[in-house]
Amino acid sequence: MIRFAELYASIDATTKTNEKLSALTNYFHAASHEDAAWATFFLCGYKLRQLVPTKLLRLWAAEEAKIPAWLFDESYHSVGDLAETLTLIVPPGELSDHLSLTDWVEKRLMPLRALSEAAQRDAVVTIWKQSPSQMRLVILKLITGAFRVGVSKSIVTRAIAEHAGISSDVISHRLMGSWKPTAAFFRSLISKEVEDTLASQPYPFCLAHPINVELGPESLGDAKDYAAEWKWDGIRGQLIRRAQQVFIWSRGEDLMENRWPEIESAAELLPDGTVLDGEILASHGANAILPFALLQKRIGRKSVSKKLLKEVPVIFQAFDLLQDNGEDIRSLPFMERRMRLDALLSTIDHPNLCGTQLLEGSSWDAWEKTRNQSREMNAEGLMLKRLDASYEVGRMRGVWWKWKVSPFTIDAVMIYAQKGHGKRSGLYSDYTFALWDGDTLVPFAKAYSGLDDSEINAVDRFVRQNTREAFGPVRSVAPALVMEIAFEGLQRSPRHKSGIATRFPRIVRWRHDKKPADANTLAELMNLLPP
Amino acid sequence: MKAILQTTPKGLYCVPGDFYVDPGYPVPRAVVTHAHSDHARWGCERYLAAKPGEHLLRMRMSQDAEFRFLEYGESITVGGVQVSFHPAGHILGSAQVRLEYRGQIVLVTGDYKLGPDPTCEAWQPVQCHWMVTESTFGLPIYRWQTQESVVSSINEWWRESRDAGKCCLLYGYAVGKSQRLIAGLDPTIGKIYCHGAVEKGNEAYRKTGVALPETTYVGSIVGKHDWRGAMIVAVPSAHESSWTKKFGRCSTAMASGWMAVRGARRRRSVDRGFVMSDHVDWPSLLSAIDACNPETVLVTHGYSATVARYLNENGRDARVLDGRGRTEDDEDAVDGAMAGDEKEAILDMESP
Repeated sequence: MIRFAELYASIDATTKTNEKLSALTNYFHAASHEDAAWATFFLCGYKLRQLVPTKLLRLWAAEEAKIPAWLFDESYHSVGDLAETLTLIVPPGELSDHLSLTDWVEKRLMPLRALSEAAQRDAVVTIWKQSPSQMRLVILKLITGAFRVGVSKSIVTRAIAEHAGISSDVISHRLMGSWKPTAAFFRSLISKEVEDTLASQPYPFCLAHPINVELGPESLGDAKDYAAEWKWDGIRGQLIRRAQQVFIWSRGEDLMENRWPEIESAAELLPDGTVLDGEILASHGANAILPFALLQKRIGRKSVSKKLLKEVPVIFQAFDLLQDNGEDIRSLPFMERRMRLDALLSTIDHPNLCGTQLLEGSSWDAWEKTRNQSREMNAEGLMLKRLDASYEVGRMRGVWWKWKVSPFTIDAVMIYAQKGHGKRSGLYSDYTFALWDGDTLVPFAKAYSGLDDSEINAVDRFVRQNTREAFGPVRSVAPALVMEIAFEGLQRSPRHKSGIATRFPRIVRWRHDKKPADANTLAELMNLLPP
Repeated sequence: MKAILQTTPKGLYCVPGDFYVDPGYPVPRAVVTHAHSDHARWGCERYLAAKPGEHLLRMRMSQDAEFRFLEYGESITVGGVQVSFHPAGHILGSAQVRLEYRGQIVLVTGDYKLGPDPTCEAWQPVQCHWMVTESTFGLPIYRWQTQESVVSSINEWWRESRDAGKCCLLYGYAVGKSQRLIAGLDPTIGKIYCHGAVEKGNEAYRKTGVALPETTYVGSIVGKHDWRGAMIVAVPSAHESSWTKKFGRCSTAMASGWMAVRGARRRRSVDRGFVMSDHVDWPSLLSAIDACNPETVLVTHGYSATVARYLNENGRDARVLDGRGRTEDDEDAVDGAMAGDEKEAILDMESP
């Protein structure tokens, strides 16, 4: 555990990928297989099911620190991270054991869940007493389930690949889907021999790079080297038909079971040994895609009622074929995969499974015109794919490009601010923006990103000097700052004060040139609503 | 309290004595707790401060001003107010100001800490009726480790960096923090170099009789130089400036109480953050108040509202004197914005 805590600290201490990689590789070299498996599990972002309710952890920490609950909350808002607050607020402990990561997880942490509340409290207090701060932070991050450290899954994959001496594509594939963090798993992960893939195991997703909307796609070269399709606003999914079973994976590597029964039944028509990449969309048939807002009604539902099935039917729009007849065809050029996909789909006649259309025209100008109709189509823009490229692992440059429509923008006034998290902890970096409705400002969106560090510092100073009222962690401030807010789409929402919900609101720029009175009105926002 | 001290736009004003304590603007008469720029304001006509801080204060204030210094514990009477200075343990010469008028005692702590510091006299409690205390780190998340453990981890970092063929760039405020850091460095590991602003601070410390290991002004090194294994102590504003380029491969670190929180550490984008502060942490703030045992606590400079509320709930009369929050760069603005330093940085770059 000490070594794992040290690994965490050394990854946290640097922003350089190479130093992170070497810290990880060193860890994997020295760790036992079972520790390495658990480390991989946590570093890839998996977490233990809740061990202790966080409400209780907060309560006990306050009791141990001899402070009232409100003071814990204030400290938490200042730190911006629960595990870190729980670490800092309780007086430091003394290291008294040298258990391995595995022993810690399996013998001290996982059993917590089954304990009575009183026994849990004793166990947690003992953990506080026996952990110096660096190790305590890691343990509490495992307990609170918020184990995030500055490494991506791809860096972990590369480190394991380097440790094992095999290609990172292989490791990446073996890390897909669900697996148990055991010594046996880690041995098979780093094994040089080819193993049978599990029937359910998905391939790593190929991801697209964004095209700068202001610059356009010209720099990509000749449009004739590319195919274009709509970029639908749905849920990316991998549809697997193997061993007479159907598996649907999300991009977040969640196995979505029983969520999309109409797609599952359609997929049963596919021959065994087929893997499709595509988009799950709410749609009345292939050509009447519904807005994402409707699909949202079905997201998160573990089981789907008959009524909802009828109200929001879904389809799987396949855009790529990864396994064909049991053969991994990811290394074939896109055009060839695409032809095989069309051939395969032509044998299947099911309303809930279809392929995307390649768009007419092979010039940037023609596609630009098509792209301008995205909003009417309920699409986010276009996808551009190189005809000769293989299906890559991750966000490989130059293979797939997403060319989104320009976002909506509006000038709004900042009226509330709250301290941020992570790198922005302790700084007022989360803002609420408002638009004019007559002479009142109506809040309509929260935005967290878009300003650079020096601008955030300037806003932080402004908030400290211009606070009017405090509501818990939220400060209302003098309405003085005007910022341009961009968002992807909007819809009516009775839950919002403004009556409108915006998608992905973010700050484009700080309009130093504008006064609050120059900001836009709610009516102007309403005008952007789709008919 | 009002009869002795009042809050005014220019700072705390003593009515019967007709002087300000740590004014925020130039005033005719200033009683100053210590030489940091947010307490000792440039441009006042007359300064009264504690004797051990003489060299520091004269170095930083205009030479045209009039200065008077008192030993710790020595007192004078100004307009019927008895004024004396008592060690605050913050930096060399830092003092708590004790004002006694018609039997009522007000203590203004300025910035202070309770832990040991080889470069300045340790804090002493002063019995008072009114205690004006700072609260820069007035949250229970702030609990300092011992001086020895921080110092030993700094030396360990230096040793590791030296063995990896790197030099160390350690950032701290030019006055106070830097000298405390230097005093703790182990000169057997390598040579210690200082940024100009730090070296000036060192001189003032040495003139006052504080022993520091040998240091060399970075600007005195002419031409190509092998910086591997060296320790360079610099002001935070030098971080990532062109001044640092000549050192080659470096490991960077910042020493400050703010480094206790990961987000603040990552924002600084330094390799290491050492939690070393010259302010009271949560436990020592509470024990200092208990030791001075005032009837009323007036909280300022930091988490004032939070600390006041906590004290009130725990049976003390406490009020917020000043609601302004404090951030990393407030402490010694001289470091953050000293044009002289920037110029010096450039000059250092240009020396052949």
